Amino acid sequence: MLNANSPLASGPSYSFATPPNQTSTNIKQHSFNPYTDNGGSTLGITGDDFAILAGDTRSTSGYNINTRYAPKVFKIGEDDGTGESAHIVLSVVGFAADGNALKERLNAIVKMYRYQHGKPMSVKACAQRLSTILYGKRFFPYYVHAILGGLDEEGKGALYSYDPVGSYEREQCRAAGAAASLIMPFLDNQVNFKNQYIPGSGEGHALEARKATPLPRAEVEQLVRDAFTSAVERHIEVGDGLQMLVVTKNGIEEIYDPLKKD
Amino acid sequence: MNSLVAQYSRPAFRNEGFSEREQDEFSQITPPLSLRFAMPPIANPSSFLRAVTDDHSNPNCPIKLAHGTTTLAFRFQGGIIVATDSRASAGDWIASQTVKKVIEINNCLLGTMAGGAADCQYWLAYLGMQCRLHELRHKRRISVAAASKILSNLVYSYKGMGLSMGTMCAGVTPQEGPALYYIDSDGTRLAGNLFCVGSGQTFAYGVLDAEYHYDLSEEDALELGRRSILAATHRDAFSGGFINLYHVKEDGWVKHGFNDTNPIFWKTKLEKGEFSNVTSELV
Repeated sequence: MLNANSPLASGPSYSFATPPNQTSTNIKQHSFNPYTDNGGSTLGITGDDFAILAGDTRSTSGYNINTRYAPKVFKIGEDDGTGESAHIVLSVVGFAADGNALKERLNAIVKMYRYQHGKPMSVKACAQRLSTILYGKRFFPYYVHAILGGLDEEGKGALYSYDPVGSYEREQCRAAGAAASLIMPFLDNQVNFKNQYIPGSGEGHALEARKATPLPRAEVEQLVRDAFTSAVERHIEVGDGLQMLVVTKNGIEEIYDPLKKD
Repeated sequence: MNSLVAQYSRPAFRNEGFSEREQDEFSQITPPLSLRFAMPPIANPSSFLRAVTDDHSNPNCPIKLAHGTTTLAFRFQGGIIVATDSRASAGDWIASQTVKKVIEINNCLLGTMAGGAADCQYWLAYLGMQCRLHELRHKRRISVAAASKILSNLVYSYKGMGLSMGTMCAGVTPQEGPALYYIDSDGTRLAGNLFCVGSGQTFAYGVLDAEYHYDLSEEDALELGRRSILAATHRDAFSGGFINLYHVKEDGWVKHGFNDTNPIFWKTKLEKGEFSNVTSELV
């Protein structure tokens, strides 16, 4: 019998909701399957005085599309409704239920921090806290790749990326999720100028590498759009809509662009 | 009269020092497991964890954790050299080329990261906290021996739960001089002159063992650390990226750069004539 989640018995399975193993002797082997991969991709890039976090809005399980609008990028620590006081954004991709639980937990912590200390939590502190939250479930991990964005103490764009159990690093750009392997090489080349050399600066190995400099906001927004439109062309779990949250000193701006819906 | 005095006074030293309960808390280094960490609601948590995170036993595991490394540290007359690569891979995918695998525990103690990135980051940060508490309680810096033992006892208490770390603790203290310890998640703790840890360890040992002397000059020691990591990044697919170099001295550690391997490789080849196996022309 074909399982609804994997229509092709021999093909790749995009879900972990595997049915019990049926052996020839009719013994069922059950296992604990708490995770589903809801697909999608997220991406973050920083500039001199801003940080952009973006994600597509498609949510899948197996080959089914559950919804065309399920946000993966969230404001953290906003006052309900107004969203004015928020200055940190979080994106989560992987298992949406875990992602949502993680977002709720961080949100509560950042709000409590403001109420108790009378000042907003710095992005640096929030980044460290998110790491310990993730590590708190070291033996039953959140199945998520998280990216945290905001502005640091100097007002410069800050971006932190995480593995599922909380190892983290500050970076200039990061793609996560299903199409990470399609987007990340593009970002290496276009944001960090990897493998770009200054023409005529030397012969052979003396050729000078192009130095990475922070990009202006308009250029970064276009890079994000290009990354996602390209990923949609080649990955079945990415599409429907592109949600971008841009953090600047004036607050968080939300941009939504449609993507292909096939 | 005596009984009255006894009733209304108390020994002058009662509030000095730590109460029994406080002393108990201090001596208990590890918090109770189940309080701190969420556990899956099943009979055998570690086999569940292995099924979902260990890509060695299950190549299709859903959660891929960062792995693969070359790290080294060695003692010499001028202190300790610590060097690492910077690649993190999750299966075949290079998750990052810019990982900081030297963890600055405090301004005179360094730790290195091999195995699970999160395990190393979290527990070495925790060790940093314990070292600071030791300083405040005892009014002097912790010895490297004691610090490394806090970590080894800690990971030993989690034995079999699936932690994965191979770390080196390096520091220079007045009482010990330059001290280097290797600690891994099995609970091993070894003192030594020279260690290489990670998937590229054998390649690094090859260069390091051949050229190592305790009486190396500071400049030569730094170059040897760099060259050993370079050899490992050249032959081990799981190692690469940047070379992170540190020198630990008595008054703290000094960072000697985070440099791209590629230019270093070509410089080593073209200027010193090493790696002659590699052609420099594209033919």
